[in-house]
Amino acid sequence: MSGYKHVVSGYDRKEAEVRRMLDAPRPSVPPELAVRAAERGMRLLRRRRALRRVGWVLLTAAVVAFCVWAAVTEPWAAPPEGTTPPLRHW
Amino acid sequence: MRERQAARERRRAREFEAFVGGAGGRLLRAALLLTGEPADAAEAAERLLTRALARTYAAWDRLGGEDPYDHTRRELAAAFARTARRYRHARGGVLERLTPQERLVLVLRLHEGIAEEQAAACLGLSVERVRVICTRSVAAMRSRRAAS
Repeated sequence: MSGYKHVVSGYDRKEAEVRRMLDAPRPSVPPELAVRAAERGMRLLRRRRALRRVGWVLLTAAVVAFCVWAAVTEPWAAPPEGTTPPLRHW
Repeated sequence: MRERQAARERRRAREFEAFVGGAGGRLLRAALLLTGEPADAAEAAERLLTRALARTYAAWDRLGGEDPYDHTRRELAAAFARTARRYRHARGGVLERLTPQERLVLVLRLHEGIAEEQAAACLGLSVERVRVICTRSVAAMRSRRAAS
């Protein structure tokens, strides 16, 4: 590397210095950590799946209830006349 | 259907185990720098990492090409930022003089080597803010070194 002129700004040099301070051998990961994380992740997945299922069931129930109500009350039908027509030609 | 799901779960478990085996040490080191614990008493760091890894496991099938390491790092940063108040008083480690936020920025920028823009997006700060915090932390670290 002799003769190679490396130009770094002052700030980059300072950053590199701190980066070296952060360098350390990596700690060993306890083997049960991965197992615990996987179990917890599985629980999270199951909970999300169950929540989604409950959401779908609720939505379906709401749609069915609305359809039944609409079929029974027929809210689009014209309301019956409030007054009877006058009696003629009797 | 059930069989296919079981096969997918087995494959996910296998891939996840291989991922933790490869990247776990580096991630635990980052977590240790964040919590400011000595390397031989890493309970909080391990707890943070377990939580982040669990969320990565849950998202494994939906990662869609995203690097699981990046996902876990983002979860780790978010989990730490949410509970930063607990780590105000570091009990050791090189970053013990810094505030939790300074530690977070320094770890993302210098230990993980991610770009300012990416770090800013990850932390929900502006790029200028990240730059200011990083400069301040670097200065604090160097003065600490000069003092010791």
